Amino acid sequence: MSLTRRDFVKLCTGTVAGFGISQMFNPEIVHALKKFVPNCFWLQGQGCTGCSVSILNSVHPSIAEVLLEAINLDFHPTIMGCEGEQAFSYMFDQAKEQAGKYVLIIEGAVPVAEDGHFCVLGEIEHKDYTMLETTIKMAKDAALVVNVGTCSAYGGIPAAKGNLTESKSVGQVLAENGVKTPVVNIPGCPPHPDWMVGTLVVAINAIEQHGLEKGLAEVVKLLDDEGRPVPFYGKNIHDNCPYLDQFDQDNYADVFTDKSKCRYELGCKGPLSNSDCFKRKWNGGVNWCVENSVCLGCVEPGFPDEMSPFYEPC
Amino acid sequence: MSQASDATKGKLKIAIDPVTRIEGHLKAEVLVEGGKVVDAWLSGGMYRGFENILVGRDPRDAAQLTQRLCGVCPTAHSTASCRALDDAFEVKVTTNGRVTRNLIFGANYLQSHILHFYHLAALDFVRGPSKAPFVPRFPHPDLRLDEKTNAAAVDQYVKALEIRRICHEMVAMFGGKMPHISGQVAGGTTEIPTEEKLKEYASRFKVVQKFVSEVYVPTVYLIGSVYKDLFDVGRGYKNCMAYGVFPLDDEESEFLLKSGVYIDGKDEKFDSDLIREYVKYSWFDESCTDLHPSKGKTIPQVHKDGAYSFVKSSRYNKKPVEVGPLARMWVQNPDLSPMGRKQLKELFGIEATKFRDLGDMAFSIMGRHIARAEEAYIVANAIGDIWLKEVKPGEETYVKTNIPVSAEGLGLTEAPRGSLLHYINIKNSVTANYQLMPATLWNTNPRDDMGQRGPVEQALIGCPVPDESNPVNVSRIIRSFDP
Ligand code: SF4
Ligand code: SF4
Repeated sequence: MSLTRRDFVKLCTGTVAGFGISQMFNPEIVHALKKFVPNCFWLQGQGCTGCSVSILNSVHPSIAEVLLEAINLDFHPTIMGCEGEQAFSYMFDQAKEQAGKYVLIIEGAVPVAEDGHFCVLGEIEHKDYTMLETTIKMAKDAALVVNVGTCSAYGGIPAAKGNLTESKSVGQVLAENGVKTPVVNIPGCPPHPDWMVGTLVVAINAIEQHGLEKGLAEVVKLLDDEGRPVPFYGKNIHDNCPYLDQFDQDNYADVFTDKSKCRYELGCKGPLSNSDCFKRKWNGGVNWCVENSVCLGCVEPGFPDEMSPFYEPC
Repeated sequence: MSQASDATKGKLKIAIDPVTRIEGHLKAEVLVEGGKVVDAWLSGGMYRGFENILVGRDPRDAAQLTQRLCGVCPTAHSTASCRALDDAFEVKVTTNGRVTRNLIFGANYLQSHILHFYHLAALDFVRGPSKAPFVPRFPHPDLRLDEKTNAAAVDQYVKALEIRRICHEMVAMFGGKMPHISGQVAGGTTEIPTEEKLKEYASRFKVVQKFVSEVYVPTVYLIGSVYKDLFDVGRGYKNCMAYGVFPLDDEESEFLLKSGVYIDGKDEKFDSDLIREYVKYSWFDESCTDLHPSKGKTIPQVHKDGAYSFVKSSRYNKKPVEVGPLARMWVQNPDLSPMGRKQLKELFGIEATKFRDLGDMAFSIMGRHIARAEEAYIVANAIGDIWLKEVKPGEETYVKTNIPVSAEGLGLTEAPRGSLLHYINIKNSVTANYQLMPATLWNTNPRDDMGQRGPVEQALIGCPVPDESNPVNVSRIIRSFDP
């Protein structure tokens, strides 16, 4: 079987079975992916590795299935076997061979001050490669750039007020350097594993079905104005929050541990945030920020500056 | 890895950049002579500037923002930051708040140790599948497990992915989500454990505990027995420091893993006044050197002559000290697990009951992995035997806080990878200065103003590099620290 865009949208936005994990990735879909296995390269700029750690939490398909069956992850600094110059030049060599066909996944922002020297990724023959230079070089020949996390998508904390590194989003860096490769943003600090794996699955499937160019065009059609896939980010948290009734009746909790009332007065940024956390929930569906504390608005371009103070009403 | 002949004959400088399977950006350079490392330089290649970003913000935001320093141990930053804020706000956490914090942090300890051993370090000893991202690898990677043991270890790698995910579910149960929890704030935790959630936590915990005691602990000893020579490699200074972690009483005076310092063969009481940071060889302005964190400054200077890292050099009483599981186990000197004792006897012919019975063996690549596994065993037992029994469903975990106009706060804890300090200075009710000293600053630092190498640099001295195109032991040492 293969997944059409309509199916995908339906699966993402439809009711969620069981205890809240999305059931969108059934084994048949994973099986269908086995035919087209794209080469992927994962760069880490100014980030915390939290996006990588979050994708490890993928349930359906499991991260083992993703790594061993769905993609060829040729470069990932945190999990790859290889290291040093061998790893770094392997990335460039493979990218050359796969030019125009590979997926570049980026975690972390790109600092541009001091010619990018606030983030050096590796060296080849005694030449340092900065995140800035590597991002541009690798993005040029990619079929698709996928920004995982708010840092690479919008700058995130490294680009927040007070930063000295002139950190930028990947999209901004690419635009300023004339790189036209399509970019998908999967923001979140970190993003939910389903958002990352789900988007990859959809992209792979669309390419498999329609060929590279048309397939990518299908993927790009799913994006909102901020470059995010609408199926995951198309709904406002507040409008769909289980506490909305309480909000409408002006019933606000004034301590975190009062779970009977709306969290607005505690600083909840649900009204500013668009993502399906209210339904998908986190970590196997056991909890989510609003039930536990407050939403920080981590999926929005304004995170963190426009969302802070985190514990004051917006 | 790239090589360059040193001007001096017979010496070869080898660079490994990037050092992979660690958190963050690290480059290692070693000078090899006669098949051994004779000098070493570690360079941290990234600067984000959290200290500067925190200035002028609501102090409470620090606990959320600083978690984003590290996606592997955000709970540690949350803990250190909340402790600094509790201190500055002068709040006393309730008993149930303290216990719930331990349940959150303890679950991430297990996650972090399992992730470190299986997904970051194991590929130094186990041959992964012949597929990216496990290939390419060094042509002669010195992998010695027989086929059957290797296959079992690969199965464990996959199983461990699931176990660490389950640990994250335990964290999220009271922490809201992982990575980056919402559930710990100044004043306690945001969710009072319910009977139902505690049951869910406990049922997941059982699976994890079983894995830790029946799979992880024995496997570390088993792999160690195949690489016995690696108990002699990576000695370092043998100086250890721990701040203490997992408070056992409401005064927070007793810890599951106690605080202490071990320097030049002597045990001492830990005193936070003796901490300083040096920057002679770091890309920071000279005015940032020789300062206690409460006076700390963070002014980057990328093109500084002679400097080679974004990591500052932290020193305790002017001495380089190692932090992390080995340091904690050495300071604590707990009983070894029954499985550990049994295997030390059967596989190594060693009678040992306490951690220090391992002697110099502990200060090594394999010793650090054993310390981490033994610690996971202790933390798992504490979750099951202490905190799950102590926690009271329905009892308050949070105290309301007020932001003072001006105050100082110090937050000390132990991240899974080592000692972690947060310091806040509040003026006009906003953050005026915030300083962070993660474990990386203690272990992975460059030379200090006195010219002393950082602990990992020192541990690399003497490292055997029989084949210069395969400097596997160099990375094994670095990764044993979880840098
Ligand atoms: S403010 Fe937050 S808690 Fe209240 S209804 Fe909106 S999203 Fe829900
Ligand atoms: S609930 Fe808000 S803060 Fe939490 S993950 Fe979703 S968008 Fe981010």
